[in-house]
Amino acid sequence: MTFDRRSLLLAALVLPAAPAFAQDGIRAGDLAIGAPWTRATPAGSRVAGGYMTIRNTGSEPDALVGGSLSVAGRVEIHEMAMADGVMRMRELPQGLVIPPGGSVELRPGGFHVMFLDLAQPLRQGDRVTGTLRFRRAGEVRVDYTVQAMGAGPDGRPQGHGH
Amino acid sequence: MPSLRRLRLVLWGAVAFALLFAVGLTAASLVERLAPRLPSVGEASVGGPFELTTEDGTRLSSASLAGRPFALYFGFTHCPDVCPTSMFEIAKVLEEVGPAAADLKVYFVTVDPARDTPDLLRDYTDSFDPRIVGLTGTEAEIAAVARAYRAFYRKVPTSGGDDYTMDHSTMIYLMDARGRFVTGLGHQEAHGSKVEKVRRLLAGAG
Repeated sequence: MTFDRRSLLLAALVLPAAPAFAQDGIRAGDLAIGAPWTRATPAGSRVAGGYMTIRNTGSEPDALVGGSLSVAGRVEIHEMAMADGVMRMRELPQGLVIPPGGSVELRPGGFHVMFLDLAQPLRQGDRVTGTLRFRRAGEVRVDYTVQAMGAGPDGRPQGHGH
Repeated sequence: MPSLRRLRLVLWGAVAFALLFAVGLTAASLVERLAPRLPSVGEASVGGPFELTTEDGTRLSSASLAGRPFALYFGFTHCPDVCPTSMFEIAKVLEEVGPAAADLKVYFVTVDPARDTPDLLRDYTDSFDPRIVGLTGTEAEIAAVARAYRAFYRKVPTSGGDDYTMDHSTMIYLMDARGRFVTGLGHQEAHGSKVEKVRRLLAGAG
């Protein structure tokens, strides 16, 4: 047997997390951007959120300050928070700081890249191209995978089996 | 001196009364402060009559809903995350509940009537399930229904010129056949719990 039970267990633990960096890892200077994704949009909706993990391997802070998307009129950097059952969303005019040696997760319910004025709906399975603009690392090209409309923070359907 | 003693008694009585009064006031304000800001299960004062415009352009009076339970949500179509996932999820809940939920309507009341026209709301809600029905109205009508349901919403400007987003309550209200609030479905509530609550609503047990 090449695989004993311990290495199988290790594989089971590591594999679900692996695609975040292995599959779609994007390097831009000191930054590593993991698996950007977004969600399919319902008809009539002209907005969507972009999600990913951004790791800063350098010794200086950087900040995500803007970006673009091929099918969106505008892009903003937002923070969302839920308190007392109320969803509040704020633009981050100073950008989202990525601390040196740290990583920031953009995910549903939290920080996100906000796509506005979508020219067309986003369909599950599509890939959409855009850019992210960082204060230090500059402009970086990213491809977003369009997940299902109900996809959760891990990009998989949420609300089931919990 | 008996009259002085009586006076003293009366004064002490007044002090005791004032003390009791102060304690009562403090307790009342504490209760008010500690009470949850969102409606809790079985609270009678959540909900109330409304008249709004449906996604088909017709007027809907809540009086016409008598005899049937319904669900109601406050959202808007320019909502990137919470509204689409809540509607996607409630559609899955209805699907799982099955035939019992065949006639259950979920009213999607827009908190952004300036942008959410009936046509836009129809396209939007039909992306999830035909039982989800968009409702809009004048600013005053929306404010009135939100007040009745104790829902919160607020316009928040963003950098893009005259653009804005909305802060809003995220609960789905479950209302019984007499238009009374039964319980709410939270945005982050587990799927199974939502299914169970909708089943109980339709069984009439709340």
